[in-house]
Amino acid sequence: MSATWTAVLVASAGCYLLKLAGLSVPAAWVEQPWVARVVDFVPAALLAALVVVQGLTSGDEIVVDGRLAGLAVAALALALRAPFIVVLLLAGAAGALVHVVVG
Amino acid sequence: MPPDRAQTLRDAVGLGLAVGLYGVAFGAAADAAGLDVWQALVLSAVMFTGASQFALIGVLGAGGSALAAVGSALLLGTRNTVYGVRLVPLLRPRGRLRRAGTAHWVIDETTALALAAPDRAMAGLAFLVGGATLYLTWNATTVVGALGAAALGGTARAALDAVVPAAFLALLWPRLGRAFPEPAVQRRVALGGAVVALALTPFVPPGVQVVTAVVAVALAGRPRRAVAS
Repeated sequence: MSATWTAVLVASAGCYLLKLAGLSVPAAWVEQPWVARVVDFVPAALLAALVVVQGLTSGDEIVVDGRLAGLAVAALALALRAPFIVVLLLAGAAGALVHVVVG
Repeated sequence: MPPDRAQTLRDAVGLGLAVGLYGVAFGAAADAAGLDVWQALVLSAVMFTGASQFALIGVLGAGGSALAAVGSALLLGTRNTVYGVRLVPLLRPRGRLRRAGTAHWVIDETTALALAAPDRAMAGLAFLVGGATLYLTWNATTVVGALGAAALGGTARAALDAVVPAAFLALLWPRLGRAFPEPAVQRRVALGGAVVALALTPFVPPGVQVVTAVVAVALAGRPRRAVAS
């Protein structure tokens, strides 16, 4: 089995078990103040890391290209409360434009 | 139909459809990351939690190891555990089978719908209808996105490359606003995560910097009652 399939299947099973755990374990285990604290803030740290890794890196290098233009446009659209799909379309258009202009 | 019930159904179907359409972006991003349409579909059908799905393909697409990819997906999946705890008193899933089925649809959107419903009966309805609508739409649009992206040429590929980071930004954005508790702390943690990930990029294998960015959670400080400020 390829590494990709292994990752897909293991992560899928793991994410399901995390959901099931919430419905199965005593609430007191999860409602520890520090557990709640960590869980509340994990998405912010990880999603921000993914924004910069996807937007600014290629392998082990930091690269500036059309993706950064896409991020800037997306940030503006999000600030103006544009819907998700519009944000993504605008970011894609910005990326394509930079690709066409810069080559 | 009583107004409460009609309103609950409308909200659940509306949210399910709106968020479900976002599956196009996931399918396309999965293709760009090198996954085939079956792998994308298994993620949407079995994992069925958007942020973790995007994280897994994001790390794999960046050339990361399976371990780093799985780690990122699981870390983002922990919040569903907390949602489950909040949903138990509302949904009261009885029996092993019903609990196993309910668990599959415990995500951001269904939790928000159930918690916003006016009473327990409506919470169950909102969870079920919202979950079903979102599940079906999300899986269908995943296939559309994956097949569509596979047919793209050079410029469209560049567009897709720009869509993926923007998708993560769109997932992150609402957490930094006033609708979330402690937005200033969320922003500090997000900034910390971004700095850690960028600083580590030249030195660690691809994907590892994403999982490592979780140390930025320490910037949130202790649970509230212990915070001096």
